[in-house]
Amino acid sequence: MHFQKVIRDLTVLSNIRLNDRHFVLDLMAPDPLPTMLPGQFAQILVEHSPHTFLRRPFSIHNVDYHQNTIRFLIQIKGDGTRNLSTIKEREILNVIFPLGNSFSLPVTGKVLLVGGGCGVAPLLFLARFLNQNHIHPDILVGFRTKKEVSEIESYAKYGNVQVITDDGTEGEKGLVTDHPVFQKERLDYRKIYCCGPEAMMKAVAGLARFHGIDCEVSLENTMACGFGVCLCCITPTDKGNERVCVEGPVFNTNRLNWFGS
Amino acid sequence: MTDLSIDIAGLRFKNPVTTASGTFGYGEEFLDFMDVGQLGGIFVKAVTGKNRDGNPYPRMAETPSGMLNSVGLQNKGVTHFCREIYPRIKNFRTHLIVNVSGSTVEEYVEVAARINELEAIPAIELNISCPNVKLGGMAFGTVPAMATEVTAAVRKVYGKVLMVKLSPNVTSITDLAKAVVDGGADAITLINTLLGMAIDVNRRRPVLSTITGGLSGPAIKPVALRMVWQVHKAVHVPLIGLGGIMNATDTIEFLLAGASAVQVGTANFIDPTVSLKIISGIDDYMQKNNFKSVSELVGALNTD
Ligand SMILES: Cc1cc2nc3c(=O)[nH]c(=O)nc-3n(C[C@H](O)[C@H](O)[C@H](O)COP(=O)(O)OP(=O)(O)OC[C@H]3O[C@@H](n4cnc5c(N)ncnc54)[C@H](O)[C@@H]3O)c2cc1C
Ligand SMILES: Cc1cc2nc3c(=O)[nH]c(=O)nc-3n(C[C@H](O)[C@H](O)[C@H](O)COP(=O)(O)O)c2cc1C
Ligand code: FES
Repeated sequence: MHFQKVIRDLTVLSNIRLNDRHFVLDLMAPDPLPTMLPGQFAQILVEHSPHTFLRRPFSIHNVDYHQNTIRFLIQIKGDGTRNLSTIKEREILNVIFPLGNSFSLPVTGKVLLVGGGCGVAPLLFLARFLNQNHIHPDILVGFRTKKEVSEIESYAKYGNVQVITDDGTEGEKGLVTDHPVFQKERLDYRKIYCCGPEAMMKAVAGLARFHGIDCEVSLENTMACGFGVCLCCITPTDKGNERVCVEGPVFNTNRLNWFGS
Repeated sequence: MTDLSIDIAGLRFKNPVTTASGTFGYGEEFLDFMDVGQLGGIFVKAVTGKNRDGNPYPRMAETPSGMLNSVGLQNKGVTHFCREIYPRIKNFRTHLIVNVSGSTVEEYVEVAARINELEAIPAIELNISCPNVKLGGMAFGTVPAMATEVTAAVRKVYGKVLMVKLSPNVTSITDLAKAVVDGGADAITLINTLLGMAIDVNRRRPVLSTITGGLSGPAIKPVALRMVWQVHKAVHVPLIGLGGIMNATDTIEFLLAGASAVQVGTANFIDPTVSLKIISGIDDYMQKNNFKSVSELVGALNTD
């Protein structure tokens, strides 16, 4: 399926700080937004500085076609995200979107969404989309600590949310794979969708494989262009080196060489 | 009325703005953003004899005002290009030029001979300058005698416009330029990327899987300009200049230094439509400064 990609100057509608490291940006387009699906991402041009030369990729966290707004959930990592975290209402950001593929859609039956840290970003849009397709997912989100737990009410609109924190200050304690949902002898999900740090995705993919469940992950390889021309973002798959920005960012873990051959 | 068209070795370009190999795919990825028919030309991705997977990830590191890459000529080989890609792009209304790469003289010759048969490709650009491939590529571009040899061997099988792209990773760029002209090059492209590296201090490891890679972007522009200017004084074939071009002003600098045309590379990643903005920016500059033909700008640098 071909999604028309656009380059737009979007106006900052709001920039809300969630905690020390995370913020939510709402950007508004002057004209109707193109169709987007969960898993797709955008390339945001950060104000020019020698240290933020390339665009920065961020997953689409949510979209509102009536208001023409797109939402991003961003974690402060380095210069680019720090710069974005200080952007004010009515400022303009140049954005290329929508990019990449999307999570494969509705399987009927029980599904589990697992997100860790900023990996939760694409899961809100996905949960909403599943809900529109009459699927009420289980959603497990992991955070470092209570202070970083956020947007739980938003997820709760679309599924059963469970929280786990590294330090146990909210919900269960430990990593997402330590959560009781994974401790059952037989997991009865039809599909697991996972995004977060690579180590977490690998651990979840391993459990999914053990239980014979299909698993889709969203990769965050470093990118230069984001639309398929530089070949910098590749990952080895069963079809050779594929571009994470075009053939991904979402991959079925059976196609990645994560488990050896 | 300004005339933006320019002649390079008998080939007429509608304007001097083209896109650099490896930064514009096969042009198809840009169709959502622009009419590629407005470009002077497109230098498509490197084509080699056989399929190449390229180097392992990570292949990219952002650096101040630039980036390092170690893609390593990933492509599916010349047969795939001729059968699958060429039919899809041959009707683009702009000059399509194929970047021909290889590890041996035989490989360059084989690829050039195959591309010679493609009607809609009026020229090739021999890439004797890729820093990202072990065994070859850059070796041809750093030793003048080898540069002459590979150019002459391709010249024998290739009847259309033959351009050769030089590496900046040499002590004397003019020696290499003279060497490829001796081998029969009709035009020279310069520069390819500068060999560089980046280090992650937290992991105490190189950022790139290949340790070193090719630097591109505005960081290399002064080096590129200097080389265009030196080569312009040393040889009499037309030059295509590139390295860090982000806007019309950068482009005009290259023209003044002696380039007949330019390629836009890394800038495409940041603004896929930048080439079209550059074309109209050159037009504005010419009107303001009363130039009628863009050829009047080529080499017009005043050093008195
Ligand atoms: C498809 C995709 C979707 C993404 N979605 C989101 C999202 O929704 N929310 C969010 O907060 N982040 C997301 N990211 C990650 C985000 O793009 C990076 O965190 C951001 O570009 C960092 O920019 P910076 O200038 O702040 O940091 P930099 O100064 O560029 O980097 C800071 C540190 O992080 C490392 N780093 C930067 N980018 C990456 C990367 N892609 N992979 C591994 N290491 C990296 C650098 O090497 C450096 O050590 C996504 C990435 C991709 C590829
Ligand atoms: C990701 C990437 C891939 C490239 N691939 C090729 C290639 O296949 N063949 C080639 O001759 N040059 C290749 N180059 C070099 C560019 O064509 C150009 O010479 C260089 O980037 C300098 O120009 P710039 O600073 O405008 O990007 C590549 C550059 C980049 C950044
Ligand atoms: S980031 Fe350029 S091809 Fe994926």
